[in-house]
Amino acid sequence: MRKLDFSALLPYADALVEGLIFTVVLTLVSTLAGIAVGTVGAWARTSGPRWAGGLVAAYVEVIRNTPFIVQLFFIFFGLPAAGVKLSEASAAFLAMTINLGAYSTEIIRAGIDATPKGHWEAGLSLAMSRFEVFRHVVLAPAFKKVWPALSSQIIIVMLGSSVVSQISAEDLTYAANFIQSRNFRAFEVYFLVTALYLALSIAMRAALAALGAKLFPKV
Amino acid sequence: MSPAETRPLVEIKDIRKSFGPLEVLKGISMDVAQGDVVAIIGRSGSGKSTLLRTINGLETFDSGSISVDGTPVIGGEKELKALRRKVGMVFQQFNLFPHLTAAENVALAPKVVLGAGAKEQAETAREMLEKVGLGDKLGNYPSQLSGGQQQRVAIARALAMHPKVLLCDEITSALDPELVNEVLRVVETLAKDGMTLILVTHEMRFARDVGSKLVFMHHGKVHEEGDPKTLFAKPGTPELAQFVGSIG
Ligand SMILES: Nc1ncnc2c1ncn2[C@@H]1O[C@H](COP(=O)(O)OP(=O)(O)OP(=O)(O)O)[C@@H](O)[C@H]1O
Ligand SMILES: [Mg+2]
Repeated sequence: MRKLDFSALLPYADALVEGLIFTVVLTLVSTLAGIAVGTVGAWARTSGPRWAGGLVAAYVEVIRNTPFIVQLFFIFFGLPAAGVKLSEASAAFLAMTINLGAYSTEIIRAGIDATPKGHWEAGLSLAMSRFEVFRHVVLAPAFKKVWPALSSQIIIVMLGSSVVSQISAEDLTYAANFIQSRNFRAFEVYFLVTALYLALSIAMRAALAALGAKLFPKV
Repeated sequence: MSPAETRPLVEIKDIRKSFGPLEVLKGISMDVAQGDVVAIIGRSGSGKSTLLRTINGLETFDSGSISVDGTPVIGGEKELKALRRKVGMVFQQFNLFPHLTAAENVALAPKVVLGAGAKEQAETAREMLEKVGLGDKLGNYPSQLSGGQQQRVAIARALAMHPKVLLCDEITSALDPELVNEVLRVVETLAKDGMTLILVTHEMRFARDVGSKLVFMHHGKVHEEGDPKTLFAKPGTPELAQFVGSIG
């Protein structure tokens, strides 16, 4: 084995930082959008009209039973045939949102299902509509219950985002692939990128835990 | 007097209700006048809760009719909302919203349903919680309150919507014995202030002393009804005599 030389990465520091920022931003934005989709999906599954619940159930099954990379390829390479052409970044964002949307639908639904029937009835008895009860009574405790599961899923999506390098979206993994194709320092570059993903996971886990404690205080 | 003034506040006419093959309410009729305190008693499974829950539409019924203050109890969400503006309910299990403080529990429906502003919400919360003797617990979460205090918050929460009638389903049954009285005292005060109450209860002494009318349910029917003191002293049917005797 030849000698390790991490300094060989220095000329590519910019590419790494840009890739890292892309990964972080992509994760943040698709997490927000994905949880919004999941919340609406969970509403449809638990309290919405029958047809909407059925539609969401089908969506969840399709996404959970197909590989993420195929979903991504379908959106980026498949949709243009249907006249929808997206940039690499938009396709990556859409694929991750749809993916997290499906998983978080199921996670949030579990939290809603755990709501005691009495809380619904108390809300309804106070002349709130079903939607108002969902929004003001059910949602916060449900999120609190499933926050750890949701946090794990967000991390999984962040790690899974490395796949978007396959459609040339310029994320952290894309940067790594690019650098090692130039300087052939595969060990150094993937070692560093592995460490970066690890640090990112740890930081996100801590941030999500802190956010959870703030949004859903223990009482 | 016009007919509207003589009309009972709650009119229940020949209600029938089945759960699958089991007929739980077998033709119940009952009138409740403004200011009445109706105590419903009866064995477990006789249909007391089901009857109470049909009055605010938490339970549907198969035939018959119910109206509250002229508002008929019928299906749709809009109609139910209008009905529930007039009917408050307090539950055996309190059902406070765990993520909200006592004050927020009380102010939520005024905020969401009536569009009350922040100042009005705070005033309502304080006024209602003071009424149930919890003026010092505004900021407490349900988990920081005793069972008796939680149930009083639940009463304050129902009162915040200024209902015309308050339904109470065994509201002291989940409480430790030493906490029962603080809740019953609040209900007694409400009765004295003229609130119309329909209570399902196992507190026989309370039913006798505070109730203006006693309803004994048996196998899904009103088996006997009348003045509480008279009926407790001298039940008109062997079933009520036996029930009163078994409760003691
Ligand atoms: N949602 C339901 N589905 C099926 N059966 C039900 C349902 N709710 C109540 N029942 C049945 O209806 C009957 C009357 O129940 P209800 O709760 O009205 O009785 P109750 O008089 O309030 O009794 P308790 O004193 O135990 O509270 C019981 O046999 C009960 O098992
Ligand atoms: Mg009952």
